[in-house]
Amino acid sequence: MGEMLVGIYVFVLATLAGREVITKVPPTLHTPLMSGANAISGISIVGALVVSSQVDSGLAQWLGGFAIALAMVNVVGGFMVTDRMLEMFKKG
Amino acid sequence: MNLSMAVELSYLLSSVLFVIGLKRLQSPATARGGNQLAALAMLIAIVATLLDNQIADWTTIIVAMTVGTIIGGFAARMVQMTEMPELVGIFNGFGGAASALVAAAELIRLQSLGASSPVGEGLSIVLSCLIGTVTFSGSFIAFGKLKGLVSGNPITFPLQKTLNAVLFLGILVFGGAIMGLFQIGNLTALNTFYIFTAAAIALGILLVIPIGGADMPVVISLLNSYSGLAASAAGFVIGSNVLIISGALVGASGLILTLIMCKAMNRSLGNVAFGAFGGESTGGVQGDDSEKIARSVDPEGAAMILAYAQSVIVVPGYGLAVAQAQHELRKVIDNLEERGVDVKYAIHPVAGRMPGHMNVLLAEADVPYDKLFDLDEINDDFDRTDVVLVVGANDVVNPEAHNPQSVIAGMPILDVDKAKSVIVMKRSLSTGFAGIDNPLFYMAHTSMLFGDAKESMNDLVREVRDA
Repeated sequence: MGEMLVGIYVFVLATLAGREVITKVPPTLHTPLMSGANAISGISIVGALVVSSQVDSGLAQWLGGFAIALAMVNVVGGFMVTDRMLEMFKKG
Repeated sequence: MNLSMAVELSYLLSSVLFVIGLKRLQSPATARGGNQLAALAMLIAIVATLLDNQIADWTTIIVAMTVGTIIGGFAARMVQMTEMPELVGIFNGFGGAASALVAAAELIRLQSLGASSPVGEGLSIVLSCLIGTVTFSGSFIAFGKLKGLVSGNPITFPLQKTLNAVLFLGILVFGGAIMGLFQIGNLTALNTFYIFTAAAIALGILLVIPIGGADMPVVISLLNSYSGLAASAAGFVIGSNVLIISGALVGASGLILTLIMCKAMNRSLGNVAFGAFGGESTGGVQGDDSEKIARSVDPEGAAMILAYAQSVIVVPGYGLAVAQAQHELRKVIDNLEERGVDVKYAIHPVAGRMPGHMNVLLAEADVPYDKLFDLDEINDDFDRTDVVLVVGANDVVNPEAHNPQSVIAGMPILDVDKAKSVIVMKRSLSTGFAGIDNPLFYMAHTSMLFGDAKESMNDLVREVRDA
């Protein structure tokens, strides 16, 4: 239970940090914020890679590979489309 | 310093860069750099993971990463700015699915070892799979609603809430069973897990179908939050702090946006989620039909009103996105500005189908962001404004919100009726999403310019030039 408790600490503190940072994002950037956050949630690729590296056959390998591909769509697509949007935000 | 220490420090660096990257989104001037910083953080995390693990099979990993990169890159390049809600919607689903699959793969791996596992591990797997799967199936329904593949109206049927409750209870029971079986290293945990996953898919679908199209900003934000929480839960599964931290950041972001959207509609999250609000079928209670005459105007007349005004405020809505008329709108405004008209844009938080939807459309059309104003910033300016041009917006400018008897009572609206004159560009007099009539259309100082926003804008460009 010790490791889990540390994880909960980390989770709660990160949530608070996220709240502090994100409440100050102006409405004009809310769509890029969402797509950027979306790309960050693709961090599950790390989990997918860890699981995939531990198996070399069977269903678990398929699921791991599938998870890698989906998370990668999120990461690459999310950051790229956010960049495309933010490039358009110009000052008058 | 050994390798695993270096890897752990890389994960820490990634986490810090994610926070700094998000912080830079606080200003449009630094936002692009912030996003790139977050992308760098992701790259560091991925490289560290690849270095840290004894990869048994590189082929799967390389193929999967290549496929994901191609699909993601293609989607990001091809998507139109008007389709951002759909793209973000489906990406939420992918993120959720990835986290659920991580949990599933880990469960199967542990099962194949036949080892018993502590309660904490079982709980993390169950949670990660539940949240990830609900995000996945819910996001696909949301995507279908945005695309028009699934009806945008709330879909309800008898005993819907009872079914949801039963499903939820079933999920609790099966989730508990998985944890129990898992703990004693029982192989039947896997079969239970499949039923559990099927129930979670059904729950995701049932939670989103009763929510109407115009409530999509709330749904997309909430699913965004879930996709983060799913990643966090996957972090607990594999014991990785970088997943827990990044997931928590996304979870917080989505939740904050959800609450902002709810506030902008003066509704609680519970009401949005379970209220089955809106839809065209809600007509009927119209009040008195007498004396309601909307004054229609042709593009020439509208151009005259606009061209001889001193100040104009543009109020864009979802109709602008549907007609993809943002570039044409920009041309009209350019012409007006050349004539010396002062033009501003008023953006309601729930205009469009996702938070900030209108801002992105206007940014695409090269409208400088310092001409865009929030509800609070601009609402006092309307009574000092000559003309308001409403483009494809309805409920967000409906004065009925000030009527305590109305279904939208208390919703903060843009008080466009206070301007000297109002031009509403709309296809017809039909009701907005809330299903109620808009008295604004029948006011003496309102002119309706009927038609497709794009065509009307093209006419307006010509007429303003000639005016």
